[in-house]
Amino acid sequence: MVQRIKKWFHRPTRLESHPTERARRRNLLPSSSSYFHRLTEEEERKLAKRFEGKLLLRREIPLSDPQFNDLLRHQLFTPHPSFIKTIFQTRCKRCNNDKPSLLASFPCAKCCRTHLYCRNCIMMGRVSECEVLYEWNGIRYQWPTLLNACTWKGVLTPAQEKAANLVKKAIADKSEMLVWAVAGAGKTEILFPGIELALSRGARICIATPRSDVVRELYPRIGQAFKNVEVEALYGKKKNKDGTAQIIIATTHQLLRFNEAFDVMIIDEIDAFPYHKDRSLAFATNRAAKKASAKIYLTATPRGDLKQKIRRKQLPHCFIPIRYHGHPLPEPKLVADFSLSKRLTNKQLPKSFIRWLDQRERKTRQLLIFVPTIQLAEQLKVETAAVLLLKKLIKDESEVAFAHAEDELREEKVRQFRQRNIYCLLTTTILERGVTFPSVDVVVLQANHDVFDEAALVQISGRAGRAKDDPDGEVIFIHDGKTEALVDAVHAIKKMNLRAKTFYTKESER
Amino acid sequence: MNRCLWCDEAIVNQFDWLTFFTGGEHQLLCEACLSQLETIRQPVCKKCFKMSNSKRCTDCKRWERFFSGDDPLEKNVSSFRYNEFLQEMIAKWKYRGDYVLGSVFEREIKRAFKFHYHALLKEAVIVPIPLSKSRMDERGFNQSEAIAEMATDDRKKIVQLFERIDDEKQAKKTRAERIFAKNPFKLLKTTNKTVILVDDIYTTGTTLRHAARLLKASGCPAVYAYTLVRG
Repeated sequence: MVQRIKKWFHRPTRLESHPTERARRRNLLPSSSSYFHRLTEEEERKLAKRFEGKLLLRREIPLSDPQFNDLLRHQLFTPHPSFIKTIFQTRCKRCNNDKPSLLASFPCAKCCRTHLYCRNCIMMGRVSECEVLYEWNGIRYQWPTLLNACTWKGVLTPAQEKAANLVKKAIADKSEMLVWAVAGAGKTEILFPGIELALSRGARICIATPRSDVVRELYPRIGQAFKNVEVEALYGKKKNKDGTAQIIIATTHQLLRFNEAFDVMIIDEIDAFPYHKDRSLAFATNRAAKKASAKIYLTATPRGDLKQKIRRKQLPHCFIPIRYHGHPLPEPKLVADFSLSKRLTNKQLPKSFIRWLDQRERKTRQLLIFVPTIQLAEQLKVETAAVLLLKKLIKDESEVAFAHAEDELREEKVRQFRQRNIYCLLTTTILERGVTFPSVDVVVLQANHDVFDEAALVQISGRAGRAKDDPDGEVIFIHDGKTEALVDAVHAIKKMNLRAKTFYTKESER
Repeated sequence: MNRCLWCDEAIVNQFDWLTFFTGGEHQLLCEACLSQLETIRQPVCKKCFKMSNSKRCTDCKRWERFFSGDDPLEKNVSSFRYNEFLQEMIAKWKYRGDYVLGSVFEREIKRAFKFHYHALLKEAVIVPIPLSKSRMDERGFNQSEAIAEMATDDRKKIVQLFERIDDEKQAKKTRAERIFAKNPFKLLKTTNKTVILVDDIYTTGTTLRHAARLLKASGCPAVYAYTLVRG
């Protein structure tokens, strides 16, 4: 009994179960000042640049143990518990996930105990209960103020100019804004004056997007436009993920590692998968931006929730219905073919497609074929090559390729396609947005499939006619039964073209 | 709500009189994900469970020539065929450290042990292949131990006999490099019981044979193996 009472008094107090205390007990934090090293200002600035505005696990901080312990002792890093526990729920500090199905436990060999870990953000490295997230607590890094940083020498169209001014205003006021511009309107260029303004005020800028293809496409363009500014791209497959540049172009997943870092947050293709489905990504982008920061959203096809916000006037927006070359969006042609699914299951191309091949306007245009599934893209490759060879559109079988999400050579194939080494590319919805090919005809096989929703179909038709020299391209949707998405997509494109016409007349009246 | 461990979609259980009375089985994967797991079917090589039409596959013949008829490994049993889906799943399970994914394989592991090693298990001990210290720190758990724990309810049957010296991943080596590499294990204890080695993947069988050779040399009567996947 006495022992039990003693035990009761010696139970761990709340302070001892605090993460800092736990870390100290595991010898992560030194308890005595055996080694004292004062940082020079230069050193601290360097560290601040590397670690400011981030939320990192110990293994993501490339410092040696004594060095890191020293910084901890100086309270230059603040440890945060990796899980926030309340009575009714447990929440991952990094990705804000509280779904019970995405939280699990494992027997940790290091601590000989069973721990909680988060399954939602496990692709970024496992966050478990015994680990602590570190936040920089030292001096703030002063980002340089750069005047006239934009080295892009192009001219904006009147429509772009109007949007660019609104973006500039939003950045100056640190407010929210949506730029709704049709595919091929030149959304990236609209941003340049705004970014220039932000840089002249010493702001840190992030351009986030859900797709890594878009990051890879944006990175050289932004780098070209701002030659004297540090620009860095962050995406899953990239090896070096320091994130120390002033302009960061990242996939939204990578933003899970940031915390109140950016003065300007630009989210490109905000309606793309998986951003609109995964709530933790929206959380990450919100946390990565500072409390007072400008947020610019770019899209060609806003989804219901954004449209509703526009209607309720909760979100200032700017609509650009015309493309930069002034030509309307190519209107898709619906082709019904009721032997479609039968032909596709037999790994054959539909007859309507072959018929259309003969009556195309310009046979020099490359072919971009969208199919609903990855398997279909692989299966149809041989057949497509055979048909195109027969029609003498290609000389060699290697001019037909497929590209999908799990394809390791995807980047290479897309590059080859852009250089016209590949004539025909079979792909899934992975290439629906963010990529520009100068002169293509677009075909969607089985356009009534569930994966092609309205936004996807509008984006897909936006791939055609992007160049000034060849402003129209044919867009063919082959289906065996119209879906609502198909009808809505065609309607949306027609509506945008109509708005473009009225936009022109308004401009000329001025 | 029951959700699929792989795709996090809701699993809707069939409801009929049987499930009404028995409560139904707790499903870990949804139908779509489950159908992508390929279990090994007959005909297989009697020795290493590779799917082949002959009783002894070319792999095993090669090993027998290599050891001149005295192969230290008696037999290997596997449950799954290696395909892209399983590769992804195992990568997430062991490299990313998503521990609960392992429970997906539990039923198959139990079934295989009951079917092939039921009689043997009365006497034998189960020895999981160890990880090196640094890898263990990185991942937090050993996937072979996890398999061993799922295989038997009797924890005392699981014995750790080895220590791993080298640090490199097998998956990054070529076949020749693997076979002629130095033995990566060190024996900690000897045993005079029959041993069932447990590992996650059998690709060339080198790891298992390295361990088996050490055991045989120290007086173990016979070495069997269970691997989750036959590559």
